[in-house]
Amino acid sequence: MSKVTRFAAADPGPAARISGFIAHLRENGFRLGVAETETALHALSCVNPIVPADARLALKSVCAGSVEEITQFDLLFDAFWMTEGRVRQKVMPSATKSPQQNANTARTDDTQSNAGKGSIHAPEDGDDGNETYADGTGKLVASKANNLMKKDLRELVSAEDIRAAELVAIRLGKALRDCRSRRRKAAKRGTLIDLRRTMRHSLSTGGEPLRLAKRKRPDRPLKIVALCDVSGSMMNYARPFLAFLAGLMRADNASDAYLFHTRLVRITNALRDDDPIRALNRITLLADGFGGGSKIGANLQQFAGSYARNFVDGRSVVIILSDGYDSDTPEVMTAALAKLKRRGCKIVWLNPLKGWKGYEPVARGMAAALPHLDAFAPAATLADLANLEQTLAQL
Amino acid sequence: MTRWTDLQTSLAKTGYIASDDLATALHIATTLGRPLLLEGAAGVGKTEVARALALVYDTQLIRLQCYEGLDASQAIYEWNYQRQLLSIRASAEAGETGSAVEARIFSEDYLLERPLLKAIRQAIPPVLLIDEIDRADEEFEAYLLEVLSEFQITIPELGTITATTRPLVILTANGTRDLSDALRRRCIYAHVDYPDRQTELAILASRCPEIEAQLGAQIVGFVQKLRAEELEKVPGVAEMLDFAAALAGLGIKDLTTDPVILQAALATLLKTQSDRAAIPTEVAARIAGKAA
Repeated sequence: MSKVTRFAAADPGPAARISGFIAHLRENGFRLGVAETETALHALSCVNPIVPADARLALKSVCAGSVEEITQFDLLFDAFWMTEGRVRQKVMPSATKSPQQNANTARTDDTQSNAGKGSIHAPEDGDDGNETYADGTGKLVASKANNLMKKDLRELVSAEDIRAAELVAIRLGKALRDCRSRRRKAAKRGTLIDLRRTMRHSLSTGGEPLRLAKRKRPDRPLKIVALCDVSGSMMNYARPFLAFLAGLMRADNASDAYLFHTRLVRITNALRDDDPIRALNRITLLADGFGGGSKIGANLQQFAGSYARNFVDGRSVVIILSDGYDSDTPEVMTAALAKLKRRGCKIVWLNPLKGWKGYEPVARGMAAALPHLDAFAPAATLADLANLEQTLAQL
Repeated sequence: MTRWTDLQTSLAKTGYIASDDLATALHIATTLGRPLLLEGAAGVGKTEVARALALVYDTQLIRLQCYEGLDASQAIYEWNYQRQLLSIRASAEAGETGSAVEARIFSEDYLLERPLLKAIRQAIPPVLLIDEIDRADEEFEAYLLEVLSEFQITIPELGTITATTRPLVILTANGTRDLSDALRRRCIYAHVDYPDRQTELAILASRCPEIEAQLGAQIVGFVQKLRAEELEKVPGVAEMLDFAAALAGLGIKDLTTDPVILQAALATLLKTQSDRAAIPTEVAARIAGKAA
């Protein structure tokens, strides 16, 4: 994989251009292999590749694999082919960050060169641009006009943090793990004999039950769905919480994670990236507006109306990590939580401020939320999160 | 070289109005012989794509409905045990030798084809619809991956059966669980959304030609406005067509004339108690007034 995305115009022939484009997508978090490059070329041969709209549709159907990726794809496509992306000059690796920190990541070089810059995003237009554009050695990043406030998550969270958080998340996961179901289901290995299936199988052996089918009580673990507030007032706590989310995703395959500030973003897929640092990189791209205002009620409402339908059921625990300072009216919050609650889930609110001496949940949003919560606990650091085991086990 | 617009036109002739995204994805999937993964909310016409495609290519539609606990004997093949047993009984009386009986009862005659096996043994490539793949277990998904890449199925007693023709595979999912990356990677992907106003008008016109243009515009406008409301179950295209058929059946020419009948017809659009409560008669009348 080439580290530096080259410009379409500088590449000879369509094959090189497409592989450049695929590398560009990969750089921005798409999971594409060599086989996809080949498919993409084949797909282009099915349409009229000279028409940009056709080429866009064809490449989209091959490269994008989920709804989130489809929206991202259009931006990245414009950035690469329509030269709407910005160009950033190469940054020399700086020594400000210790190399061990990224030692186990596959992309050490890249991370360091970005770390020197403080932001993985391009600086504003003007100081770079035409010159680098002509060299064709710059780096393209899809950009939108409104991403004024962006923070690089990698500055907040290190690989060690994630490893520590993973341990916490595993423990919490265990605490939540429900005992097994009362139902018995057919299984390859089990403790009980499934008479019905055994008899059915015995037909094929002339009535002799040679193969014994088994049943067992299946595991019915509780699923964790975590919603993390990353609005301005929560920035101090973003570090442990994001690490916790990353750890949670890596420890438990059934869990689900979201960030919200003024918008709600699903980050589950991004966090599942094998490389923890690249995962954070992908989230930074997803979550523009980081550290902005907070619309907790509206976001919860949106969550209850969209993702929750697919991912939240009676076996889910919804963990909300937020300080409860909401710019919406408390009615919105009440309605949203009531709607969420109707899906049969447990709702746990972790508030970093609750640990403070003399804290009362007087913020209007928080007060409105209280009646709907199954648990309301303090959490400001990773250690606090680790102590939640007891609370969660009692749910 | 056929163009994707041709496919779009022929789909339209069968009564399926496909968006540009979908038509291109379908065209690429059929040309490259790759499976097509369709995602989208319930009721946007994912399953209908397969039907329309089978009509366009004038071929058979083989459907495999996935559910939790779907296993090989339901999806691939199964021996017809009862027939085998009867045959063994009969041959015992006739005095046939063991090996002859064995050869006979493990032959094609005693094999029950299930959708996957059936799909790869057709003379004309069929459309294989694997519906709601996200409902099946992960193990089945993994097995399906193997079938979709090799297009061959091994039956221990018979040997490996290789595909005579490659079926056009369409998978649909609506997010019951996340699909594996491996499956997503192997497929051409298209996301089907609720149609926009123009598309929906075209769908209504092609499915219910008896409805007059003015009422049609009202119906589509009404349903589109309704989708913007806070509803638990958003009405899909199928519901819209039911609604149109219901209005036609009730002999209504204008949505705004009789709020009571409109409310009654809403039974085809709103399918939960709380949705019915959220859209009382006055609200329905107001939306209809705006849509007109």
